[in-house]
Amino acid sequence: MFKGNLQLELGNFTLDSGKFAFDSTGVTVLFGRSGSGKSTLLRALSGLDKDTRGTLQFGNEVWQNGRKALPVERRDIGFVFQTAALLPGKTVQSNLDYAIKRVPKGRAHGPSPQEIIDRVGIGYLLDRSVDNLSGGERQRVAIARALLTRPRLLMMDEPLSALDWRAKTELLTLIESVIADYQIPTLYITHTPVEVERLASRVVFMADGRITSVESLTEATTRIDSPLFTEEGPVSVLHGVMGAIDDDGLIAFESTKADVFTFWLNRAEHANTPTPKTPKTQARLRVLARDVAIARQRYSDISMLNQIPATIDRIEADPETHRQAVFLTLDDGQTLIAELSRRSVATLDLAAGQSVFGLVKTAALMDQ
Amino acid sequence: MQIFGYPLDVDPILLTLEVAAITTVVLLMIGTPIAWFLSQMRSRARIFLEALVALPLVLPPTVLGFYLIIAMNPDGTIASLLRDIGIHQQLTFSKTGLVIGSVVYSLPFTVQPIMAAFEALPMPIVDAARTMRAAFFDRFFTVIVPLARQGFLVGSVLTFAHTVGEFGVVLMVGGNIEGQTRTVSIAIFDHVESFEYADAHMLSIIMVIFSMLVLMFVYALNRKLQIKQA
Repeated sequence: MFKGNLQLELGNFTLDSGKFAFDSTGVTVLFGRSGSGKSTLLRALSGLDKDTRGTLQFGNEVWQNGRKALPVERRDIGFVFQTAALLPGKTVQSNLDYAIKRVPKGRAHGPSPQEIIDRVGIGYLLDRSVDNLSGGERQRVAIARALLTRPRLLMMDEPLSALDWRAKTELLTLIESVIADYQIPTLYITHTPVEVERLASRVVFMADGRITSVESLTEATTRIDSPLFTEEGPVSVLHGVMGAIDDDGLIAFESTKADVFTFWLNRAEHANTPTPKTPKTQARLRVLARDVAIARQRYSDISMLNQIPATIDRIEADPETHRQAVFLTLDDGQTLIAELSRRSVATLDLAAGQSVFGLVKTAALMDQ
Repeated sequence: MQIFGYPLDVDPILLTLEVAAITTVVLLMIGTPIAWFLSQMRSRARIFLEALVALPLVLPPTVLGFYLIIAMNPDGTIASLLRDIGIHQQLTFSKTGLVIGSVVYSLPFTVQPIMAAFEALPMPIVDAARTMRAAFFDRFFTVIVPLARQGFLVGSVLTFAHTVGEFGVVLMVGGNIEGQTRTVSIAIFDHVESFEYADAHMLSIIMVIFSMLVLMFVYALNRKLQIKQA
């Protein structure tokens, strides 16, 4: 649990968070445009800036009270910076050793260093100098190093922003699974909605140096004016279980409850990706509302494999366009959003409470 | 000692090197914390302090020498301070005085390059060390000094070379006592005054070669120590 009210002035920028209190379990994403104060808030929360003022409590520990602050060295934070911030001129191994050597005896438990190194996939890099690594490799080393400090809390400041798209995809998957496996509470900064939707348990929205709201991911993705929605329009994030690739190159994504829904994903083009998901893993499915159509009945003579039974919860109009967002409740309580034209809503005579089917092409779910 | 058949008095050379070496070591110990505090200051007092450190760069050495003589005379501030901690020593016209004068005179040559290096530190790396539980002195010696090594190199070489080449302050504070305060630059002055041009030549050419070598060494090492940023 984080509780407090922090102020920090950096040059021309003033952070004045306002009172806040939010759970620290899972992944808390700090989200906002550039210049909204995400990084400054993270610096204030970490204690890295000596000019931080205000109050901060982590669980029962007081981390900041006015000018008095618990030194960063004693907060047990693993920090991953935008640039990997490795010690230049040294090998990967000696960079990791820097962290390992300074872990107090009381915290040296959990997975062995070797296990962490294997998990992050940098075993083959140990003897290389960090000066000769690619961006993705550097960031992997930084993640391993942060884990090796045996943190109670991970902080990541836009760890993917300096990487190319392939490294981004690989590292996002890595971060997602590492956080889930090691169960370390994480604060994560990004301005990319996809990262929020893949990782977040809750979202701290920021604007003009203030925290504007703290919402669960579900809350944040089920209101039409969510800051998470970009020019792609509204997005639904479904939680479920991902299966293995079948002979047709399709993957089943099912609700954790039996017989509620099955989305078929087309993964054919990704069949050769280096790290295929092991069968039956917890996963999230990101569905753009504009890729979802609505039918009043199930069709058999149509190519759409994904016809998901649902109930209309409500219909909201976007005040700025003619489009309407239809919020569908699936049988396990999750929300699927469909973006329709006003004419479609009128023609089908859609209204809250109706039983309908949400239609999504498999190809639309390919790029997950 | 003879070089190319010419007699060479090595005493001034040895004395000069000794004073310069001691001054460099003392200044590294004093100048490093000064450079650090200045680089970390965000208050307005910093402008004043930076100017104060740079003052020896612009003051005529005679002005500096004058105040140093006053401060170091047997009843002056420095001498009485030293007496309070049990050191009874004459400062003016002695090697100790020479070192004190050189420390003041060369201060900016140590502080400025090191301060510039501290200001250019890639802060995420230092911050990362903190999150890995490296407390101040730990990260200072394991992260900050290695990252700022170019500043330390330039600072110490410039300090050493500048002290070797000083004249005005040495003359005023140390005078011209053979084997005690007669440095190379004073000896050259002395030779010229007495029309011993051959001797003056010998020492002068040694100074030219020495200075050239020092500068080439700095530039070469500077290139080699460059830190790859990524």
